[in-house]
Amino acid sequence: MYDMKKLAALIGDLDEQLIVCMRCGMCQAVCPLFAETGRESDVARGKLALLDGLIREIFKDPEGVNERLMRCLLCGACAANCPSGVKVLEVFIKARAILTGYMGLNPLKKAIFRGMLVHPEFFDTLFEWGSKLQGIFTRPVDDLLGASCVRFMSPLSERRFKNLAPVPFHRLVRSLDTPWGASGLKVAFFVGCVIDKVFPNIAEASLKALKHHGVGVFMPEQMGCCGIPALSSGDTETFDKLVRYNLKKLSSERFDCLVTACATCTSTIKKMWPLMAGGLTGGEREQMEALAEKTMDVTEFLVDKAGLKEGDAEGEFERTPVTYHDPCHLRKSLGVAVQPRIAVKANPRYRLKEMAEPDRCCGCGGSFNLQHYEISAAIGRRKRDNIVQSGCSVVATGCPACMLQITDMLSQGGDRVLVKHAIEIYADALKEG
Amino acid sequence: MIGQALLKEFQNILGKENVFREETDRLTYSYDAAVLDPVLPAIVLRPVASEALGAAVRLCNENSLPLTVRGAGTNLSGGVIPKSNGVVILTNSLDQILEINEEDLYAVVQPGVVTARLAAAVEAKGLFYPPDPGSQAVSTLGGNVAENAGGLRGLRYGVTRDYVMGLNFFDVNGELVKTGARTVKCVTGYNLAGLMVGSEGTLGVFNEIILKLIPLPAARKAMIAVFNDMGKASETVAGIIANRIMPVTLEIMDNFTIRAVEGFSHVGLPLDAAALLLIEVDGHPAQVEEDAVKVESLCRQLGAASIRIARDAAERDRVWEARRAALSALARLRPTLVLEDATVPRSKIPAMIGAIDRIGKEYGLTIGTFGHAGDGNLHPTILTDRRDKEEWKRVEKAIDAIFDWALRLGGTLSGEHGIGIAKSRFMEKEVGMASIVYSRRIKCALDPKNILNPGKIIGEATCTT
Repeated sequence: MYDMKKLAALIGDLDEQLIVCMRCGMCQAVCPLFAETGRESDVARGKLALLDGLIREIFKDPEGVNERLMRCLLCGACAANCPSGVKVLEVFIKARAILTGYMGLNPLKKAIFRGMLVHPEFFDTLFEWGSKLQGIFTRPVDDLLGASCVRFMSPLSERRFKNLAPVPFHRLVRSLDTPWGASGLKVAFFVGCVIDKVFPNIAEASLKALKHHGVGVFMPEQMGCCGIPALSSGDTETFDKLVRYNLKKLSSERFDCLVTACATCTSTIKKMWPLMAGGLTGGEREQMEALAEKTMDVTEFLVDKAGLKEGDAEGEFERTPVTYHDPCHLRKSLGVAVQPRIAVKANPRYRLKEMAEPDRCCGCGGSFNLQHYEISAAIGRRKRDNIVQSGCSVVATGCPACMLQITDMLSQGGDRVLVKHAIEIYADALKEG
Repeated sequence: MIGQALLKEFQNILGKENVFREETDRLTYSYDAAVLDPVLPAIVLRPVASEALGAAVRLCNENSLPLTVRGAGTNLSGGVIPKSNGVVILTNSLDQILEINEEDLYAVVQPGVVTARLAAAVEAKGLFYPPDPGSQAVSTLGGNVAENAGGLRGLRYGVTRDYVMGLNFFDVNGELVKTGARTVKCVTGYNLAGLMVGSEGTLGVFNEIILKLIPLPAARKAMIAVFNDMGKASETVAGIIANRIMPVTLEIMDNFTIRAVEGFSHVGLPLDAAALLLIEVDGHPAQVEEDAVKVESLCRQLGAASIRIARDAAERDRVWEARRAALSALARLRPTLVLEDATVPRSKIPAMIGAIDRIGKEYGLTIGTFGHAGDGNLHPTILTDRRDKEEWKRVEKAIDAIFDWALRLGGTLSGEHGIGIAKSRFMEKEVGMASIVYSRRIKCALDPKNILNPGKIIGEATCTT
């Protein structure tokens, strides 16, 4: 049996936040998960009430609470719409860490996070093997979207996924250190796991755009994961190690901003590192906070700092209609919505047309998609419908995880819509070299 | 309690996936938006069809299980807090808009349809469903009817009651009772719909509701009038109506609320104003222009320091953004917010605002006041921390005092939030014992085992009293 008094005391630290929820229930209007299931335990108010119940020792089911707490996309729609301003994501991330620390990490996750993720070199090698072998297990089903599905009957048989890139980005560009350019700026570029292993072209596009704007780039060899998969599963031990690992990698060089093309990495470094990283020395903490402060999305950096403007290009072109999906980790977490649109509009071959509900979650939610595929797909289909109804032949976004989910949904729908990162669209308009 | 055999029966009627037994799930149906202690129900049911709803009600009655119907759980008076041995019936899977009739101007809905969804659906056809309670983005029409919900448009368009043309509901035996019609006129039989509106789930379980629709007004105009004196602001409210102008919305905000809203959303409100009136007129474009001019000159005559008329839709949205932000802005100042809705005849608004001010001072509490001044429905909002026992006692005393004043001024305990369990002990003061006994007799006749949301409105009615 669990020591409920002890658990209540641990979660008690969240009481100041929990008390803020007045149970008005307005989160029901915006929660994508609740829209599918209609279950109160799936919406923020219900989860906050459950944590409150544990503190007050009204009931004794930490496992049940944890299970329900994990049924959440962490999209932040509730927090963005909360009348009383409950910091919902902060509460949920902390509660997941407390409950996981208290009950122990699930063995599979333990093997993945602590056996692999925490060792970037081994993690990379593993994926390179995977990339070579994937043809045996998967078959291409969608030439346009480049999606595959598994060859054999399996629980994954419906799912359409992007194959791992034949050559990951870190094999194409091992490291980089170019001097301050014409812009007078230099950035550190944080690649991120999904871009490195599935979408190296996004990293290439980012570097091309940075170069075009005369921005120097520092990219150390073998960066680690930003830590979000571990953190959202409550594994602060792995998260802390990854934060430290990355800090060390970035400490050797001076730069003005840390830039990523992954909404989730940006949001994690900017928001979660300062909030959740533990076990740092005073000096490390200072370095980490300074780093978080200057972390930016790549389009945000180019527009706000490096002078990217729409409408600079000349000439008459036939314009392809493109629509834009707001990743939760850019718009709701960081308020970045204008800059990626400017990047898209800067390419004269495209015409931006908004879809309905552009900032509604695509349903991916990282590992939520693996654990609750059916619900994730149901939420994704609404996104897919909005994209298709926009009539555009391209959908742009700012997060590789959203791209995986949207690719899956469009491919299953048999839709001929390309999925691209906003920076890819912008970089396409730039001259080579 | 609920044994295995009964559980099986519920599962057979509703499907296993629609019967929630785990304590962790039940806990999430133990509360609503009122500041009251949660009560854990014994079981939670989610019917997905009318037949299952009726059968579940019958089964509850046969087994003497108290049942509470729950929509979005936004009730502000404890109306959907269940009994500890009781059943919660969820309506959110009964969420079909069954018909929108553009010729005869009505809609037929299941009880779980979200208010804002119906409003948007009829607006897309150029029609209008006016009741707009603050929680309309999530609240259900079943809940709106059960509570007789109001909103910002009460002054001109009335409240939910004024739009219920008819409904059918299950009695405790699971029999379907029909009342009202799809016609404008209907005097066939008792006005049972009238009885059901505002009955808070104590007399029957709604199955389908027929709601009146009206044409969407062609034009609207919003404005903000600034006053350096609360008395003048409230006199202006009375003055506008005395001049036979009926704005859609006529809202008031006191200085404390103004400062909270401005600090929260920076919409450019004057921080030194004693009060603001937020006014919207609607109708035919020519009439809207005329009304707006009249309202403006009335405001100036009656002492407004300044008045700003929204020139376009964006400016109008900013006016209402300020009003909508009121609750959020106040909610962020202290952990607990108690939102009251004592209502007085609108001529008594100045006296009521004065009384609330004195009550706040007397009990050492922070009270922000805003609300629907045009219909006399104020929202004195007490900011507190329910963990502070000493302060909480003062809050309870202040609430009592607010009710006393509302009654003394010829008003009522609740304009739109309902009685529930939060205010049932004050009922006698307003309506007298005879009225409660009469209500209990009705309840007893229709629900002899007292299973329908027991304890709400009229207290614990037993059939011997």
